[in-house]
This record gives sequence, C-alpha cells and structure tokens, in this order.
Amino acid sequence: MKDLWTKTLERIGRSPTRIEATSSVMAIVCGLLFGLALMLIVNPLEAFPGFFTVITGPFQEGLRSLGNMFYFGVPIILTGLSVAFAFRTGLFNIGATGQLTMGALTAVYIGVNWGFLGPFHWVVAVLGAMLAGALWGAIPGLLKAFRNVHEVVTSIMLNYVAMYFNTMIIMNFLYDFQASRTAHPLPSARLPVLFLQNIFPGSRINIGIFIAVFFVAITHILLKKTTFGYELKATGFSRDASRYAGMNEKRNIVLAMVIAGAISGVAGAMMYLIPGRHLPYETILITEGFTGIAIALLGLSAPIGVMLAGLFYGALHQGGTYLQLYDFRPEIIDIIIAVIIYFSALSLFLQKIVKTFIDKRTKASMGLSEEVETR
Amino acid sequence: MEIVVNMQGITKEFPGVIANDKVDFDLRQGEIHALLGENGAGKSTLMSVLFGLFHPDEGSISIRGEEVRINSPRDATKLGIGMVHQHFKLVHNFTVAQNIILGEEDTKNGLLTMEKSIDKIRKLSELYKLKVDPYAKIEDISVGQQQRVEILKMLYREADILILDEPTAVLTPQEIDELIKILKSLAQEGKSIILITHKLKEIKMAADRCTVLRLGKKIGTVNVKKTTNEELAEMMVGREISFTIDKKKAEAGEVVLKVERLCVHSDRSKRDVVKEMGFEVRKGEILCIAGIEGNGQTELVEALTGLRPISGGSVVLNGKDITHASIRERSLAGMAHVPEDRQRHGLVLDYPLEYNLILQQYFAPPFQKKGFLQFAPIRSYAEKLIDAFDIRTGKGAIALARNMSGGNQQKAIIAREMSRHTDLLIAVQPTRGLDVGAIEYIHDLLVSQRDEGKAVLLISLDLYEVMSLSDRIVVIYEGENVGEFDPASVTERELGLYMSGSKRREAS
Ligand SMILES: Nc1ncnc2c1ncn2[C@@H]1O[C@H](COP(=O)(O)OP(=O)(O)OP(=O)(O)O)[C@@H](O)[C@H]1O
Ligand SMILES: [Mg+2]
Repeated sequence: MKDLWTKTLERIGRSPTRIEATSSVMAIVCGLLFGLALMLIVNPLEAFPGFFTVITGPFQEGLRSLGNMFYFGVPIILTGLSVAFAFRTGLFNIGATGQLTMGALTAVYIGVNWGFLGPFHWVVAVLGAMLAGALWGAIPGLLKAFRNVHEVVTSIMLNYVAMYFNTMIIMNFLYDFQASRTAHPLPSARLPVLFLQNIFPGSRINIGIFIAVFFVAITHILLKKTTFGYELKATGFSRDASRYAGMNEKRNIVLAMVIAGAISGVAGAMMYLIPGRHLPYETILITEGFTGIAIALLGLSAPIGVMLAGLFYGALHQGGTYLQLYDFRPEIIDIIIAVIIYFSALSLFLQKIVKTFIDKRTKASMGLSEEVETR
Repeated sequence: MEIVVNMQGITKEFPGVIANDKVDFDLRQGEIHALLGENGAGKSTLMSVLFGLFHPDEGSISIRGEEVRINSPRDATKLGIGMVHQHFKLVHNFTVAQNIILGEEDTKNGLLTMEKSIDKIRKLSELYKLKVDPYAKIEDISVGQQQRVEILKMLYREADILILDEPTAVLTPQEIDELIKILKSLAQEGKSIILITHKLKEIKMAADRCTVLRLGKKIGTVNVKKTTNEELAEMMVGREISFTIDKKKAEAGEVVLKVERLCVHSDRSKRDVVKEMGFEVRKGEILCIAGIEGNGQTELVEALTGLRPISGGSVVLNGKDITHASIRERSLAGMAHVPEDRQRHGLVLDYPLEYNLILQQYFAPPFQKKGFLQFAPIRSYAEKLIDAFDIRTGKGAIALARNMSGGNQQKAIIAREMSRHTDLLIAVQPTRGLDVGAIEYIHDLLVSQRDEGKAVLLISLDLYEVMSLSDRIVVIYEGENVGEFDPASVTERELGLYMSGSKRREAS
C-alpha cells in the first residue's frame, strides 16, 4: 500500500502536466472543504448531510439529475473552452461575457423574429450567435494584432458595450410588455431535445451537450493535430520565435480571437434558446463568461480538461439545487465555486506545494526543471 | 590553502540521462577553477546543484568545511555563493540598479530606498572596474554590459564563491580580455571562482586548475600550467582534435545574394545603423562579415532575413528582389538563418525538439497533409537530424528544447538550418557555446555546405574563425562596408585596424 502511494507520487512528479492536474484537484478539494466549513458555521446539524448531497448531486434523482448536470455544464464548458483556446495562443480572453451576450442577443432576436425558417430556425439562430460572437472577438484581435492594444483592456470594455447594447436592443425590439421581460423565442427556435428525453426523463438536457462535446473535439484536434494549431501554440509560447519561423502572427492572433469569440457566442445561444429562460434586459454582465476563466484554469487550458472541469461545475450546480431541502441557501454553491476559482488562480503556488511535497516524499528528485517556478 | 567548496559523489539523473555520475569537485580559496566538458557533459547541472537549483540524487556538499544542504538559490546566497547563468536572468524593462537589488531591496518604513543601494553599486563597480550606468535599462545595454550587471549582482550580495556559466560565449574578444582581468583581480581579493568555458585559450589565460567532465563523469582535475591545449581537448572528448580547418580553394559560382546600398533605420537610436552597405555572396563561397559587436551586424542580418524593415537600397536573392518580402517568402526563396539569439528567435523553448526541427517546414509535405501534422515523418526526420548532428538530450526527439543543454540547443538550430535545401545560409555566431569537438564539426560542415554549392554568409566576432573559414572578408564599421579582403593576404592585425575604424578603403 505504502509502496503504491510512493509510486503514484513518483509518477505524478515526473511530468509537469500531472503536477498541474494535481494542483487543480487540490483547488477543488480546498474549495469543497471551505464550503463544508461554511455550512458547519451556518447550520452545524445539517451540514454533513447537506454537503454529502451537494457532492453527490448528479446521482440524487438518478438519470434526471445526471441529465441536469450536463445541462448546467454546457455553457460553462463552452466559455471555458473559449478562454482556454485564446490562452493557448498567448491571449487572455476576458471578453467571453461580451461575446456570449452578443451571441445570446442575436440568437434570441432570430428566435423571436425569423419564424419563417421552419425546421432550420434553431440552427440559424445558433449560427447567428456564433457569427456575432466571432465578430465581437475579432475586434480585440484586430486591435491587438495591428495596433498592439492589449486584449484585456479592449475586451473588458467591449463587455460593457455588449451589455448596454443588449439592453438597448431588447427595450426597442424584443421587449414583451405584457410579461415585462424579454420576449421568448418561438418554439421552432428552441434547442431540440432529441432522444435525450427518453434517456434522462424529466431533466432539462438538450442537444447542447452534443454541441459542447463537438466543440471540445474540434478544438482538441485543431490544437493537437493540425498545422494551424502548431502555429497558434508556437505564437502563444514565443511571439519572436514564431515570427522568425515566418508565421503570420497577426493573422493567427485575429483568428484565435475569432474562434474564441465564436465559441462564446454559441454559449449564449445554448443559454437562452430554452423554454423558460429569458435573456436579462437589465444592465448586468452575464457571469458565465467569467466563470469560464476559472474553468479554463482548472482544466489547464486543454479542451478535454475544460470539459471535465465544466462537467464538475454542472455537478456542483445540480447538487446546489437540493440545498434548500436542508435549509441552506443555494448561494453556498456559488461561494464554493468562487473559492475553487480562488484556489485555481493560486495554481502556481499549489503546484509548488505539490512539487516540494512529492520531492520530499520520494527523496530522489524527479528531474523536473525549474520551469514551474520560472515560468 | 583552504578548500571552500567540496562536492563529493554528486549524482543527478534526469529522465533518460545521468547528467552527473558520482562527480567529485573541490574549489580552493582564491583560485580560478575552470570546468570543461562537451556539450551536455553536465557542467551546468553540477553548478545548478551547487547553487541549489537542483537537488542531487546522491552526494554531499561542504562549504568551508561544513556539510550543508542547499535547497534553493536563497540558501546558496546565504552561504556566499553567486551564479551567473548561461542564459542571463535579467528583467529587461528594469534598470541596472533595479536588477541588481532585486530580492535584496533596502526599505524604509516599507518604502523602497534606492540611494544607499545605488551608492553601494557605484562603489563596487569602481572597485572592480565593472563600468555600468545604474540608471540604464537592461534592454538598452549590450550583452557585455549585461554580463557585468550579473557579476555586480553577485558582488552586491557579497558572494565570495562565484560561479560563471559560459560568461564569454556572448562577449567580444576585447570584452573577454577585460572579463578575465576582472576575474583575476577578484581572485586576488580572495574570492574563489568557478569558470565554465569551452575556449581552451581562456582557460590557459585565467584558470589555475581545470576539472574535466565527460558524459556526466569526472575525468580528472589538472594543473592548467602543466597541461597543453591538446591534452585538455583529448581529456574532454576522448580523441584528438585538429585545430586547423582544411579546405580547398573556393570555386565561386554565380551571385546568390546581392545587397546594394542597404540602409537600416533604428527607431531606438533614431539614426541609420546600416548605411549604404553593399556586397555579394556567390555560390560556393563563404563570405564573412567581420566587425566589433554593435557596428550594425545585428541590424544587417535582421534586415536581410526580414525581421526588421529595410529603409533604403535593395536585396536580391537568386535574381529575385526580396527587399520587402516577408520572412516566409525569403525562407521559401532559399534563405536559411542561424539567428544570433538562440533562445529568443531560434527555438520555441516549450516545444519538443522534433517540433523545433520543422519550424519553417511544418506546412510542407511530408510533414503536413490536408492541414494535419504528420507525426511519423516528423519523428523520423528529427531522429535523422539528431543522429547526423549528434544532438544529445535525455529523451531524444521529444525532449523539450528548454531542458536541453545550451550547446545542444545551438546544435539543433544548426541542424535545422543546414538541412533545409536552401541556396543561402546566413549564420550568426554559429559556434557560440559549442565545445571544441562540436566546433570542429560545425566548421567542417560549413565548408562542406560551401563545397556543395551553397552561398554562406557568416557573421562572427571571433577573428580566428573569420580568418580560417572565410573565402572573402567584408569589414563592417559603424554600419558601413569599410573594406573587402582576401584572408590569405591580410593579417589579423590589419583587419583589427579596419574593424576599429582607424583605417578604411572604399569597397572594390
Ligand atoms: N531540466 C532538465 N530536464 C531534463 N534533462 C536535462 C535538464 N537539464 C539538463 N538536462 C540534461 O542533462 C544533460 C547535461 O546538461 P547540462 O546543461 O548540464 O550540460 P552542459 O555541460 O552545461 O552543456 P553545454 O556546454 O551545452 O551547456 C544533458 O543531456 C541535458 O539534456
Ligand atoms: Mg551549460
């Protein structure tokens, strides 16, 4: 047993990726423990059963809750993917929220007004969202590539532009005065549920999970297997070396932002082409875009990692819906997630802890360079 | 004499390679101790162990007779050990003074107080004749000066055991002489110095003793005064090295590269740093641009290779005007380039070796099909080059470039650039940081590239390399062509006069 433990540590210690993954898991554990502590303070008697329910959320009601985990995970997987993809090219896409808002607005607009499209209605709405997100991503991309304006600054400002634009368009064209909220997309624009309803009866799952997996697969292949991915990653690692190699870094920067924006745009469509959900008309930033940053960090900026982290988020969220049964407020989940985000932002620090721990336990050091520290 | 450092049985293993294999090493008070060995022999690793960057798998270290555990550079600094790394670790947009005090800042009520520190820096730099402007930004000063900053950084921390990992690789011959003088005076002061270098001449000039490593093992420690260059070289590579280059006379063919009235403007210094420069390189010859560092060589090469815009004149490659062509277009038109800064331009450090070896060819068959990378051809191409150029890494093709030894990084770039079927090879300091065996090999390769009909443009600061390799020499001074020479009929002394600007003649 002891042997196995040391061996596992050794295996982890030998690869930087494994150390990073371990630190992600640690961030999650720390977040959960913090949540537990909080629950103990608020209501000590119910804390343990409540906590248990949270972490077993997706299995509480069998397939229904499992299906809901997927449903909650979809937009987060997509925004996480958007941030991670840009990050691979050395860009920090903090504008996922804006891109998502533009996507959502476009999807809802098409969903409300273009009923004549019939069976293609929802497809066009999703494509429209994708296009809008792509355009919104292209702006910081172009500014970065040709004017060297930092993408963080431009994309944050565009978040606010998107937010106010959203309110303006809704109030002028999409407001349902009887219900005093944003008009609802026509049934033909709703995301199809397909056969999923039979597998996950009663859950809110829809085709979105397939779309998310599709984008995960595409970006994974793009980054790992194609020459385009080779260029993007080279640009992300070293702008100077990729220029020396004759790559068109300006084009790559723009394209990376366009793709990142498109994915966030789709996330917007996934969130609001759903019965019962209304695009907020108030001037608020949609949080899913920011959560995407944390998910990208937790998922180590790798598409598959982002998918796992996104599903984990979905699971927690689903678990949170039961909290009221135990007399807790579901906001506790948001706090847990926020703490996990904090810890994943501290991932460099955690990596160091993991590394020293492993070095100590396995005595012989593993030949890891100082990469972790100097990066 | 007191022994200040005693390393016993140091073993350090990386995946796939034993970088140090039971190495013993000792350093005496007040000596300069050279560390010699082929690229990848484990010199940097041994010193990183001493500096607390790596933990040894086995072995013990005593400092001034006391056994210690050095877990981090911080511990090393406390023990009075300082290190200048092979690739400098300075913050580029910080000033000299800020870099020197980094981590050792003086504060008063939590606020930074620079005056005292700057005073101390001034005193140190006067005392050891290490002239630098404390207020200059690192990115604006030459590598030679950056070197001095690194040394000052050690002295500022009051280190008396100084480790210098290939400090001379980036310096001009003049700067090297100065550095050696400084090191000697430091040793006289009682500091103990470990000097890593591949240049036997420098060991002869500076060192008292020399320890030789080969493939991670210690071969021996010798008294430098009683050992010849040949003996040192043989200990290092295990065979004899010929220090002369044999080559037949060049058979220059048609013009491959024609440069006319080339001007390059520098935004930083707001003037032309290359002025009306003109020359030709022909098939089957090696043309060398000789000059003292900072006379426009860097800008000239950047302009030729497309990294920097050209403000006047023209560049023609194989009859095609490439003055304003992109880097990719130049590369496809037949230009290969061994860049000056191997870590900044030459390599994507976080890519594996095999990816780095296809840096300009990843989009061409057989490495690409329908937009997809073809992993099998990439791997076999990498293995071919690793074999042919003797690139040594622990893990072969999948080793990260970052984890390769400095010399092997350089070999990887050379392998890549020489193996592309181009007509022109522009090589800037191609043998920087290579061991004598590898230098011999690269020199032979440059000659054979020439004999195969390539045009070779060599930019070198090493006059010996210039004289023995080139078929023609162009001297550059303040960005101008001040004379063209035949190496057979010019002396190093005379070249020196042109390089320093005391003589000039119009280009023929
Ligand atoms: N961080 C690392 N991870 C894995 N392998 C490493 C690492 N650092 C060094 N190595 C390997 O250890 C061996 C010794 O490397 P080292 O850098 O000590 O060589 P060196 O003698 O300094 O060579 P050079 O003269 O080229 O600088 C090499 O085979 C190198 O690939
Ligand atoms: Mg080295």
